Amino acid sequence: MKPGEAKKSKQMRSTKIHHIVYFCAMTKNEASVRCFHCGEDCGSNIIQFEEKPFCCSGCQTVYEILSKSNSVEYYKLGEHPGLKNNSAALGQRYDFLDNDEIKSEILDFSDNGVSRVKFFIPNIHCSSCIWLLENLHRLQPGIMNSAVHFTKKEATFTFHESGITLRGLVELLASINYAPYISLESVDKRPKKSINRGVYYRLGVAGFCFGNIMLFSFPSYLTIDDSVEHFIRQNFGILNILLGIPVAFYSGSGFFISAYKGLKKRFISIDLPIAIGILALFFRSAYEIISGSGPGFMDSLAGLLFFLLIGKWYQGLTYQALSFERDYRSYFPVAVTLISDSGQESVLPLKHLKTGMRILVRNTELVPADAILVKGEGYIDYSFVSGESDAVKKEEGQRIFAGGKQMGPAIELLIEKEVTQSRLTELWNQKQSNDTRQNNMESLIDVISRYFTVVILILAFVSGLVWWFINPSQAALVVTSILIVACPCALAMTLPFSFGGAMRVFGRNGFYVKRSSVIESLSRINTIVLDKTGTLTKTHDLDANLENLELKGDSLNLVRSLARHSTHPMSVAVYQALPNANPLPVTDFKEHTSKGTEGKVNNLHIKLGSEEFVLGSRSAGKPAGSLFVSIDGMPSGYIILKHKYRDGMREVLTALGEKYELHLLSGDNDAELPVLLEYFASPEHLNFNQGPLEKLSYVRKLKAEGKRVMMIGDGLNDAGALNESDCGISIADDVYNFSPSCDAILESRQFGKLADFLSFSKTSKRIVILSMLFSFFYNLIGLSFAISGNLTPIVSAILMPLSSVSVILLITVATYLASASAKLNIAYSV
Amino acid sequence: MNVILVLVGFSLVVALAGLIAFFWSVRTGQYDDPYGSSVRILFDDEKPNEPGTVVPCEKEDPTNQI
Repeated sequence: MKPGEAKKSKQMRSTKIHHIVYFCAMTKNEASVRCFHCGEDCGSNIIQFEEKPFCCSGCQTVYEILSKSNSVEYYKLGEHPGLKNNSAALGQRYDFLDNDEIKSEILDFSDNGVSRVKFFIPNIHCSSCIWLLENLHRLQPGIMNSAVHFTKKEATFTFHESGITLRGLVELLASINYAPYISLESVDKRPKKSINRGVYYRLGVAGFCFGNIMLFSFPSYLTIDDSVEHFIRQNFGILNILLGIPVAFYSGSGFFISAYKGLKKRFISIDLPIAIGILALFFRSAYEIISGSGPGFMDSLAGLLFFLLIGKWYQGLTYQALSFERDYRSYFPVAVTLISDSGQESVLPLKHLKTGMRILVRNTELVPADAILVKGEGYIDYSFVSGESDAVKKEEGQRIFAGGKQMGPAIELLIEKEVTQSRLTELWNQKQSNDTRQNNMESLIDVISRYFTVVILILAFVSGLVWWFINPSQAALVVTSILIVACPCALAMTLPFSFGGAMRVFGRNGFYVKRSSVIESLSRINTIVLDKTGTLTKTHDLDANLENLELKGDSLNLVRSLARHSTHPMSVAVYQALPNANPLPVTDFKEHTSKGTEGKVNNLHIKLGSEEFVLGSRSAGKPAGSLFVSIDGMPSGYIILKHKYRDGMREVLTALGEKYELHLLSGDNDAELPVLLEYFASPEHLNFNQGPLEKLSYVRKLKAEGKRVMMIGDGLNDAGALNESDCGISIADDVYNFSPSCDAILESRQFGKLADFLSFSKTSKRIVILSMLFSFFYNLIGLSFAISGNLTPIVSAILMPLSSVSVILLITVATYLASASAKLNIAYSV
Repeated sequence: MNVILVLVGFSLVVALAGLIAFFWSVRTGQYDDPYGSSVRILFDDEKPNEPGTVVPCEKEDPTNQI
């Protein structure tokens, strides 16, 4: 550490905690200074503000806002809690929030100048976020109250319209880097997903009754003198019946409903034997208690339902902040800028957009419907639709399809088709029928429970018949006993706990599945279809190929020095690929969006960019995504840029290729065929130039051949195929922001673990089978008691909880060991 | 013997109060966001004008008056 820095950090130590945090960060990593706000490396341009280092003016601004409003507490709660603000200036981005119609649709409630609104804010990630958002009234007194729902990444704000407008609120949030996610979907249908609290109530009732029934049943297991026993049996027995009614018919109602629904569809689910068991337990116990022939099985009944409901609750825990059901509306803006005949600009809600209207699309805005370019130069990025991120140039008069993003100055468009009739939206409507799709997989538990139920019913009938001849008075007792012990409680616990456990292990490792049953689908697939761009390749990292660059020695440094000044991924790739040298000063630096950069180095005018920008015209035969170079007007060749393959792709594809049949569907041309061929069994499995519909029908074809298909993709162009496949996985850099509808979302950084995830799903299935055998073993013991007519309440009261608890223990320990040996981070808690 | 029944009645009433409290906590959303609640309790109460913090500007923007 330099002496100056040492002195500086000494000062800081003396003042405040957040200074200590900063000091620690500095000593930990002396070579690089980390931004006080976001914790990223500040690089060479450190901005000092109030003795704290910041990496960019965005982070500094957020700090300034917070420190002015006495909110530096934010920085004490966690080390570098902020997130770097990558978005451009707000400008007119939130203009549409001043429109009354849109406002009323977004607001939850508005009365007497007081409004309430709920936003999904993907950037909520730590305790500091909660603190800051709930103390937002310090920044803006118009805000009366704010509450954060961390698990859902939602925040609710109540505010005075006179103090702050909705637009002001959103802009405030965006300025401190908590921009809410507002899309057409949030306006179109307010997804009033009421939280299902029913399972908590049922669990509470079952737990309450379980405890009390156990207490009242306990004396009947002891030998006390007759008069006391009679007294207890009569009074406590009646209490048990009273407590048993809510357990059986309130807590257990879900099982009856589900069993009945199954029967109506001629389908025997695991809930049918459970429902029969509950009824047998309740009525047999009630009969025994009322007739005075025994203490009944109410304790077993309450325990059974208590454990079953714990399983149901565990199964219901899902990733609430993730959305697996996105359609085009999540990507579309709420409003567009309409240009009237007289040239006036106004905000128009998207649903009122009609053919023939003229709209203005600004930089980075989305084209909401198929349209014709009437004014300006279009540089359309179709990466939402095709996964290909190179902007396509459009001239006036050319057609632009919905879903493209303008990357450049504002353009004017004439709408050709309405939003719901555009090409992109029709693609979504293609694959609505989720139920009708061919399903090659039936859940394991359904198959087992079907045979199980039939066997148990036959067994009960036969034993009843046999006992009818031996001792008719025992027949009813034996039949109910069989139905009681056969109640597949442990079996029903198996799936939620094993697949639920696996789901949480995956979640810890950046792989989020929609619900636990997806693990079973994963374990059964045998064919994997991969998308190329954005799935096998990285979204932003590029590889620069210098073969065609006609420059040598010092001239290379001219280009490198120019590229150093631009943050565009292409420039970064060029900067990294060129040989290392001391950067030269650049003057007159200019960056043209979607075109290129230019500047003066050593008094030479250097241009780096598209062919048109550098050379003034386009020629055929040069690969797409090339950067051209000219020095003082002299063409100096070009640099070919390609997307980098993801880290660990070779290992993953090799590992997957051994066990699965791999297919590739790419929207690109076949330039990469030679590189990829080695991983695939036959060249026929590699398909290039595939549009969204072709991808969908390809997956459909594979399924028709009886294959169980998993599809991995990223863009909207894969959405159809993802939905058609037996298990669709979408890969995303930021799981909270952007993914087509799917069964699971994989963090792109975790791509290297894909093979581990798949093999773990198989391990998880083995654990299921093991614990099923275990629970059958308990059922056999119970049945031997029941058929011989020896099932007493005490045997049942011991056997039932024992089987449930031991099965849960077995699964938990096995999942823990398996995830440790698979080198996956272990999930030990919910 | 009858005293047992009275005591059992009392215990049931107490347990029932617990159950009602549980229902209330579920209804008011206390189980909806376990992580949020777990950190919220650790936040310090406001300490106005703590030395070292920047005192907010006294002059208030008239448009922000409620």
